[in-house]
Amino acid sequence: MLTERSENYSWQRPHLIKSKNKRIIIYFLVLAYLIFTFISLEIDPQRILLGLSRSQKYFADFFRPDFISRGESIMDGIIESLTMTYVATIFGIIISIPFAFGAAENISPKPIYFLSRAVIVISRSFQEVVIAIFFVVVIGFGPMAGVLTLTFSSIGFLAKLLAEEIEDIDWSQVEAVKATGASWPQLMTYAILPQILPRFIGLAVYRLDINFRASAVIGVVGAGGIGTTLNAAFDRYEFDSASAILIVMIAIVLLGELFSSFIRKKLK
Amino acid sequence: MLKINNLHKQYPGGDLALEGINLELKKGEIAAVIGPSGAGKSTLIRCINRLVESTAGEIILEDQDINQLSKKELKEKRRKMGMIFQEYALVERLTVMENVLSGRLGYLSFWRAWLRRFPQKDINQAYQLLERLGLKDHLNKRADHLSGGQRQRVGIARALIQNPDLLLVDEPTASLDPKTARQIMRLITEMARERELAALINIHDVLLAREYVSRIIGMRKGKIVFDGSPADLNKETLTTIYGKEDWNNFKNKDQENSASEGGNDLADREKRKLQLAASSSN
Ligand SMILES: Nc1ncnc2c1ncn2[C@@H]1O[C@H](COP(=O)(O)OP(=O)(O)OP(=O)(O)O)[C@@H](O)[C@H]1O
Ligand SMILES: [Mg+2]
Repeated sequence: MLTERSENYSWQRPHLIKSKNKRIIIYFLVLAYLIFTFISLEIDPQRILLGLSRSQKYFADFFRPDFISRGESIMDGIIESLTMTYVATIFGIIISIPFAFGAAENISPKPIYFLSRAVIVISRSFQEVVIAIFFVVVIGFGPMAGVLTLTFSSIGFLAKLLAEEIEDIDWSQVEAVKATGASWPQLMTYAILPQILPRFIGLAVYRLDINFRASAVIGVVGAGGIGTTLNAAFDRYEFDSASAILIVMIAIVLLGELFSSFIRKKLK
Repeated sequence: MLKINNLHKQYPGGDLALEGINLELKKGEIAAVIGPSGAGKSTLIRCINRLVESTAGEIILEDQDINQLSKKELKEKRRKMGMIFQEYALVERLTVMENVLSGRLGYLSFWRAWLRRFPQKDINQAYQLLERLGLKDHLNKRADHLSGGQRQRVGIARALIQNPDLLLVDEPTASLDPKTARQIMRLITEMARERELAALINIHDVLLAREYVSRIIGMRKGKIVFDGSPADLNKETLTTIYGKEDWNNFKNKDQENSASEGGNDLADREKRKLQLAASSSN
């Protein structure tokens, strides 16, 4: 048997902040700030209680969804949302392709690279609702503003992720096609496109899904679609209709999910 | 047909990969380029079709200096140079047929290529090549579903369908098992002879080179240090190419090699090959 050592070793996981005093001060400051902000919110228990009792009534309405009384406008809203989603995704795809190629560092000359990256950054900086407010102000209420919003934000999303895919391609395949004397566009279609196509289709289907959900949100600020219908239902306190709308939306998102996972499996 | 004068290549990092290469290749002449890793073999081959731009010197192919060509002229010239790669470099997601036909891209308009509308003559030639290479059952398989040997045969077909005058081959057998390696080497040299193509074949396997090729070019540190027949490879010449080593196991069995396939003791050859490989890796 091995002889046991009498000495005990001590071990503790090293702390992120080494000095114990500093650690205590920092914990204290974080706690103090939390308390301060809580007080500054001026939380009124009265209002919370009132809200709770009111929401009971609303919840009751939510459990009795009413598809019928606003059936027609729900139908119209859904169709409008689907149309917006579809059109915006298609345009987004078409416009994003040149930016994706431009933003791929390995195939793009520097000035075009920076230009494309700038467009992507602008498109990705703003949340859909912010863009929608802008377009509603510029061209007025309705689905047109919605389509422009969704197209614009699709461009940044698709171009960025696709550009990353292009940057990851296997370059030897490109060289091999180049060595046959192929022209630049031929190179793109024979050596690069086959390598990125599956991912591209996957992304496009995913974006379709995102755009449908976003179409509901931007409707609230007046950019058309089911969101506008939903907003109107809330404004009139018709929670049973609102509930019906939400259920339809969940159903559609679920269907979209099934569709996109089906497509992705097919691509493998 | 190919004449290289005083070719230099310095990579941006400062690596001097080629230092004054002079080389002439006649029509139909096949040469193997051997040399240690980093000698500049790949760089030499890539300078010829300008996948790599050389820094000085001339590469004259059929009376034209490749380095002086415009982009358009270069594309036309590239059609005349077929390239075969070590890792096959097939477009993985395209079918065997598409990969072979991509060798014709230099002759095709963009729209025909995009729509895969290849001329009947090209399709016929692709069929013939694939049949000859034993791949006619795999026409519509995706390239990434093939074995290494099959992929390299697709690579050969893609190079040959260009109807090139010159084959540039960069370590065609390095990723293959010994038997497949021999098959591939035989196919490349056989088909180049039939078509009277000049060929430059980079290869690490000296025994394989000796067996299939009548001219050996040895490179070391960016220079050509040996240029002769396989029979001239001996202890001293191998030392000039690869550096000092115990080359005693490497006997020049020229008679045996020139005797036809069947008579060889393959096991013995493989043993020697392994010994050589073990001793040449630093
Ligand atoms: N793209 C590159 N950028 C910078 N240096 C390079 C590049 N390619 C090759 N080199 C350098 O040039 C020299 C010659 O390389 P090359 O690939 O031509 O050798 P090789 O003889 O083909 O070697 P191997 O037998 O390992 O394939 C090496 O020193 C290498 O580091
Ligand atoms: Mg090499």
